[in-house]
Amino acid sequence: MFDLSPEEWTAVALSLRIAVVSTIVSLPFGIAIAYLLARTNFWGKSLLDAVVHLPLVLPPVVTGYLLLITLGRRAPVGAFLADNFGIVFSFRWTGAVLACGVMAFPLLVRAIRLSIEAVDGKLEQAAATLGARPVLVFFSITLPLTLPGIIAGMVLAFARALGEFGATITFVSNIPGETQTISAAIYTLTQVPGGDAAALKLVIIAIIISLAALMMSEWFARRAAIRLRGE
Amino acid sequence: MLDVTVQKRLGELALDVSFTSEGGVTALFGASGTGKTSVINMIAGLIEPDRGRIALDDTVLFDDAAGINVPAWRRGVGVVFQESRLFPHFTVKHNLDYGRWMRRLKADAKTFAHVVELLDIGPLLARRPGRLSGGERQRVAFGRALLMQPRLLLLDEPLASLDATRKQEILPYLERLRDDARVPMIYVSHDASEVKRIATRVVRLDAGKVVAEGGVELV
Repeated sequence: MFDLSPEEWTAVALSLRIAVVSTIVSLPFGIAIAYLLARTNFWGKSLLDAVVHLPLVLPPVVTGYLLLITLGRRAPVGAFLADNFGIVFSFRWTGAVLACGVMAFPLLVRAIRLSIEAVDGKLEQAAATLGARPVLVFFSITLPLTLPGIIAGMVLAFARALGEFGATITFVSNIPGETQTISAAIYTLTQVPGGDAAALKLVIIAIIISLAALMMSEWFARRAAIRLRGE
Repeated sequence: MLDVTVQKRLGELALDVSFTSEGGVTALFGASGTGKTSVINMIAGLIEPDRGRIALDDTVLFDDAAGINVPAWRRGVGVVFQESRLFPHFTVKHNLDYGRWMRRLKADAKTFAHVVELLDIGPLLARRPGRLSGGERQRVAFGRALLMQPRLLLLDEPLASLDATRKQEILPYLERLRDDARVPMIYVSHDASEVKRIATRVVRLDAGKVVAEGGVELV
């Protein structure tokens, strides 16, 4: 049943690559924003919170369209990045990474933020009295104790990226080998006569990948929780 | 010598405390809610007084008039909290080493071995805090604070979370600590028998004010 055509394997590999890269690239930003939202107060904090959560409530097509009119080849920011840094997003797999990253960002930030809020501030105080400057308190105490939330957030983001369709197809279209992910390939197959069998194979692969990701995250989260209970 | 003069409004309580400590163990003694822990937190740099001055030997740690407020991590003041506050993701050994790492002190195997022996925590070194009893945890917390080589050690009701039997177990360690370590200590407690046994000097607090200062006969 895994006699997929080369194009279909390409879609699977591309989906995995896009989901993994978008999760890893967005992680440092996710941690930084989650920390700001959990531990600091500043003017415009609720606005930042709202903007971060926007992709969760907007129709994905709208998010994709917003990316297109800001970061497309002829759009102001997109043209600037392309002319000055050679960074091109539109109709490239990197654009799919960006679209998936943006769509998954609220889930990533939310999981990490809740986890940071759950870290006992008294431990951070104790670390400070032992001579740890704030940045060292963060890396030696706060971040390790946030690990279960970071893992949960990464898995959610990965799953979201794997399932992303609307924003990706709007922003970078559906180009086999470049931007055609599993979701887009399934969509394409269902639009052509006789594509159902191939679509079903991809559906099964999507289910397997998602299940594997969930089970792995459960395992990591349980290990991390044991570690944090100090046993 | 520690010289403390601090004022702070804490809800209903108007804290206005002034005392000095010439080394040894100075007990801050008084009922709960009299602001003892707040004074400790101010000396440690964890909360900021509204007004006042805190000086340790020739170093000013806080002086609102001069605009000085040394952050906690640079004060070199060790704290043992009521709830040990050990780091759950580190082993006991790493908890003990934490202060030395953060303060970039050289590894000193002799001192380490001495403190471990003094507190009888050798068998616990490889364990994680979650697997320790309350008394063991508190002994490790003493060791952690000592091994950062503090200029002053603050003990905030270190026995309050323990039952009577455990307390009796820990008190001898505290006495050894007092007689062995040359670091001056501030000992916060509301327990008269504890203070009598440990302290060399007593500062008695009531409703945020110092009401008496003198020897252990005050208790």
